[in-house]
Amino acid sequence: MTPRDIACIELVELLTDYLEGALPPDEVAAVEAHLETCAKCRTYLAQMKATIEALGAVTVETLPDEAYDTLLTAFQDRFR
Amino acid sequence: MQADDARLVARLRAGDQVAFATVVRQWSPAMLRAARFHVRTHASAEEVVQEAWLAVVRGLDGFEGRAQLRTWVFRILVNVARRRGRAESRVNAELREPTVDPGRFRDDDDPYPGHWRAEAAPVSWGPEPVLLAAEVRAVLEKGLAELPERQRAVVELRDVHGFDHEEVCELLDLTPANQRVLLHRGRAKLRGVLEGVLG
Repeated sequence: MTPRDIACIELVELLTDYLEGALPPDEVAAVEAHLETCAKCRTYLAQMKATIEALGAVTVETLPDEAYDTLLTAFQDRFR
Repeated sequence: MQADDARLVARLRAGDQVAFATVVRQWSPAMLRAARFHVRTHASAEEVVQEAWLAVVRGLDGFEGRAQLRTWVFRILVNVARRRGRAESRVNAELREPTVDPGRFRDDDDPYPGHWRAEAAPVSWGPEPVLLAAEVRAVLEKGLAELPERQRAVVELRDVHGFDHEEVCELLDLTPANQRVLLHRGRAKLRGVLEGVLG
């Protein structure tokens, strides 16, 4: 069976399901058939992957320093 | 409490598995139907019924017998289903918006409708090290902080902290499908942010 045709505008909305392995096999085939012939969507997919990769290196907010101090003190007191 | 009801409640409280299995089998079909009214998919309705029964098990000792047991069980069910339904409709509202500006694709009367317009297609960002530059990271951090809270939570837990999808669903009380919708929207938005500085 030939995979169904998908347009780029639809493909870009399927990529996370594709990357997560959440698409049924016929949809995977359709996505891959499209990617094979469409360099622009391949670029888009590469950018999505690069974004995920880059997210692994960002610094995000955490507790304020005072909170850490409070917690450490509480922990030490517990064993005093 | 009617005599039958009181006997049933007593058996359940005593941990009588046969009694529990019987009511689960008897009432679940109607619960499923009622849940399905509030939520979008059958799978979601099944989860609601299961969650409601778990709440029943936990709450059994607190059941005061002012209503019939069945009424009480269904009241719990409806609360769970409504909560789930509201969460789903929030996600669905977010889902309807495209993640890439539709203006970047060809119109319906074009020979290739829905395909990238040549001048608006994504352009390669070049070698990977560019992404690790401090300015790029700062832009990404700002973009992350500006995401809607639900998207931000999913993207941070998955892509920054490396939790797997099951853990995230559990932590955030999301169905797998909704988790993916939020992840997709968040990631796509951040791709767009990076495109703004790299593309």
